Amino acid sequence: MIMEDTFAKTEIHKPENIVYKKTDLMVDRPLSYCPGCGHGTAHRMLMEVIEEMNIQDKTIGVSPVGCSVLAYDFLNIDMLGAAHGRAPALATAIKRMWPNHFVFTYQGDGDLAAIGTAETIHACNRGENITIIFINNGIYGMTGGQMAPTTLPGMRSSTSPYGRDVATMGHPLKITELVAHLPGVYYVTRQAVHTPNHVRKTKKALRKAFELQKENKGLSFIEIVSNCNSGWKMTPVQSNKWMEDNMFPFYQLGDIKVDGKLVEKKEIAGKE
Amino acid sequence: MAKIKGDIVINTERCKGCEVCLAACPFTVIAMSKEVNSKGYHFAMKVNGECTGCTNCALVCPDGVITVYRAKVTTE
Ligand SMILES: Cc1ncc(C[n+]2csc(CCOP(=O)(O)OP(=O)(O)O)c2C)c(N)n1
Ligand code: SF4
Ligand code: SF4
Repeated sequence: MIMEDTFAKTEIHKPENIVYKKTDLMVDRPLSYCPGCGHGTAHRMLMEVIEEMNIQDKTIGVSPVGCSVLAYDFLNIDMLGAAHGRAPALATAIKRMWPNHFVFTYQGDGDLAAIGTAETIHACNRGENITIIFINNGIYGMTGGQMAPTTLPGMRSSTSPYGRDVATMGHPLKITELVAHLPGVYYVTRQAVHTPNHVRKTKKALRKAFELQKENKGLSFIEIVSNCNSGWKMTPVQSNKWMEDNMFPFYQLGDIKVDGKLVEKKEIAGKE
Repeated sequence: MAKIKGDIVINTERCKGCEVCLAACPFTVIAMSKEVNSKGYHFAMKVNGECTGCTNCALVCPDGVITVYRAKVTTE
């Protein structure tokens, strides 16, 4: 607090000196997410892109079932809530009725890769001109940390308390790589939002997806590997470290499909 | 001499005490308070004058509670 005087002298606290502030497209109310959860950062980057493109009045979002079911309370744009997993179907209808609007879904891995697998794959395969934002935290966060299709081998959850045993519980589903192979899908990337650089890259990816939607290029699919510190039973900082050590080797970050072409395997392959 | 100076303002009432911003700051400008806010969270606070206005902390704050300022200041 001793520093306060020095700062006041520089008169730095003027509107013209603001270099970062939460966008007004985030509704000014506390987010319902747990402390440290990546959902909040993902929301904010999405809204920054919509603000910068000045498409607030022409954007319609579809929120899922999961922790981010309440996204419509936080994102200051038109939103609809879909039944569990059905967001891509609803987004399809919206986009076809309002082809000049920007339409996106925002879905967790339980929503998108479990109950909504059919809707996800078919919307992708039809090449709907929408943007799918997929928050993969490897778990069902909202309902208490149950195993999801994306849960890592050996990863503990409330329904795999001794760790996911692939012999009985199957392998984790890399649905992002799966949809990348469908011809209707134009842009696929996997990003994160836990460090400043990752946040910047995610924002760029979101911007690219919305620009492509403007050009009617087909479906863009952006996965954001994120934490669920509550479900993982860790502090937020621990969960981000755990994510880097365990999630990233399996869910490798980077572009998977660009301009309708799969990125060469060697570029995305790393330690697995 | 002209120098770039930064500063942050944290909405401590909205801070959830997750500490994600601490790791993002290259100059250890942020530390957690001993006191708690009305929700019971220890909140982030500025503890030195090293801020350059890089915006790292504000970018990673899930709750978007940090505002960042940057200006050119002249020093003797
Ligand atoms: C038809 C139906 N089945 C099951 C549920 C229970 N349910 C609510 S949220 C959820 C999973 C959410 O997980 P995820 O999509 O990964 O999102 P997160 O909460 O982790 O962000 C489930 C199974 C439901 N609400 N409706
Ligand atoms: S339960 Fe998990 S996904 Fe849901 S808000 Fe909390 S940390 Fe985020
Ligand atoms: S990242 Fe935001 S919510 Fe978390 S401790 Fe820092 S200021 Fe508070």
